Amino acid sequence: MEILVCVKRVPDTAENEIEINSAGNDIERDDLVYSVNEWDNYAVEEAIQIVDKVGGSVTVVTVGDEESEEVLRREMAMGAENGLLLTDDAFEGSDGKGIASILCGAVKKGSYDLILTGAQADDGAAEVGGMLAAMLDYPYASLVNTIEVQDSKLKVGREVEGGNQDMYEIEMPCVLSIQTGINEPRYVGIRGIRKVASVEIPEYGASDLGVDASSVGGDAAKVKRMDYFVPEMGEGAEMLEGSSDEIIGKLIEYLKAKGGLK
Amino acid sequence: MADIFAYIEHNQGVVDDSALELLAVAKKIFPDAAVTAIIMGSGGDLDKVCNDMAASYNAVWKVDNAAFSFPDAEAARKALVNILPGDSVLLLPHAHFGMDLSPGLSVKLDSAYAPDIVDIEGLEGNTLKVIRQEFAGQVSAHVHVDISSGAVINVRPGVFAADESKAGGGEVADKTGDIGDVAVKRKYLETVQAEAGEVDITKSEVLVSVGRGIEEEDNVEIVFDLAEAMGADVSCSRPIVDAKWLEKSRQVGTSGQTVKPKVYMALGISGSFQHMGGLKGNPFIVAVNKNPKAPIFQVADVGVEADILEFVPELTEKIQELG
Repeated sequence: MEILVCVKRVPDTAENEIEINSAGNDIERDDLVYSVNEWDNYAVEEAIQIVDKVGGSVTVVTVGDEESEEVLRREMAMGAENGLLLTDDAFEGSDGKGIASILCGAVKKGSYDLILTGAQADDGAAEVGGMLAAMLDYPYASLVNTIEVQDSKLKVGREVEGGNQDMYEIEMPCVLSIQTGINEPRYVGIRGIRKVASVEIPEYGASDLGVDASSVGGDAAKVKRMDYFVPEMGEGAEMLEGSSDEIIGKLIEYLKAKGGLK
Repeated sequence: MADIFAYIEHNQGVVDDSALELLAVAKKIFPDAAVTAIIMGSGGDLDKVCNDMAASYNAVWKVDNAAFSFPDAEAARKALVNILPGDSVLLLPHAHFGMDLSPGLSVKLDSAYAPDIVDIEGLEGNTLKVIRQEFAGQVSAHVHVDISSGAVINVRPGVFAADESKAGGGEVADKTGDIGDVAVKRKYLETVQAEAGEVDITKSEVLVSVGRGIEEEDNVEIVFDLAEAMGADVSCSRPIVDAKWLEKSRQVGTSGQTVKPKVYMALGISGSFQHMGGLKGNPFIVAVNKNPKAPIFQVADVGVEADILEFVPELTEKIQELG
């Protein structure tokens, strides 16, 4: 099975406090730790496990600049055979639909049975997989947390409310967006990344992909983020202060009063 | 002005809470518009749902087809493309069904897609000004949506007050004949119910809940020690289940359990909306987190800025001394 996994380089929110820059038009990016989007990492692991079972190969693709290459190499170190970097000045400022159009060009250049994305990334939009499927006229399932290969079809589970799971049979080729927890992504060490350091990663721009440059980028975007801000949220929590003994003393009083201690 | 529609989720005759929230959002976007509810299903309680919604909405479009005996986003997308007028604005709840349906629908309609909207600032010409959150709720963003060729807008459930005015009085129109071919390449098989765990946290009065701040599996023990000292049960946020450190039945959130304790201790939990969506009944919330900007502090009653790995054992010891 030929599997394409779409990945994104994002600031790691578990490692960083996200702050807004002084101009208010972006987050403060100088000291951020970047990594692969957590959902995408599960998607790559899932693709590798499928190929280990049924054969084939995994290709990882991203839309970005030279810095995004490190994310491709990290995922290749996990076991993805090929990487593709989609990069062009014309891609700058694309909205979700723009990114999906660029990825659509890459899908059409290859021959894939299965395309995976993470269920969402740093902007929480959860949109690119569904858009890509619609552009390709492929069936789609989002929030997938199990995949079982059955000949030319897949049996997939979608995570729905209350920990329940909706099971579907889906024809290939198809697009699936992958939820965290579907597997346990393998650890990637420095040595693994070194091993793939010299593997060539092809770069494609708009013309290579057959993407009309005027259909992507900031000018084509119908959805535009104007700025970032931190909303006024009213009073919020009463922050307990003082020495740790004082804080614990106050907290215990609260817990007693509210029925939190038995 | 574009026509505006709301997609109504319903299950066994019961309309989802989002139905009247979407009505409020529609009136915020177009204050004078007639708002149409779209209700898909297959026989059974469908007419009851349509009649219920006609009291609130100015019009109801019913689609009654066996393809919708279970809400299938792939089939719904095909039907909606055929029945919606060009340039329509369609509102849906940003939950698992809307996340499955909407991105692709916006492509098929060639309209803008605005996911997970938490507020509407207003409309200027064809520019709809909305607010979203990014980076797991740590920052908000002003977003401009060009609705000149229509829009699909997924609204975060539970943030807009429902429109309970029942000022609709609409007629139910049957649109079943207009949906066209809804055959799809994805087939619903069954729903697998969540497995019951060793503890039923939905019945717990006091929950000590642990999140990513616990850092390592071996550290989870300190949370059980605190819970034991307090006479509480242990619950957790999603990353702890993803890491397989605790069973799924202990997860609080929209994709886990809905709990209603009297007291909720959130330890090293940032407080994403998916997590908070599982917390009902207005409990007293204590948040302990080393990140002072964690969204949990905006909803908690009492907060402590501290590393839970240091704070929790100290707290446990002090509570044990009370014993």
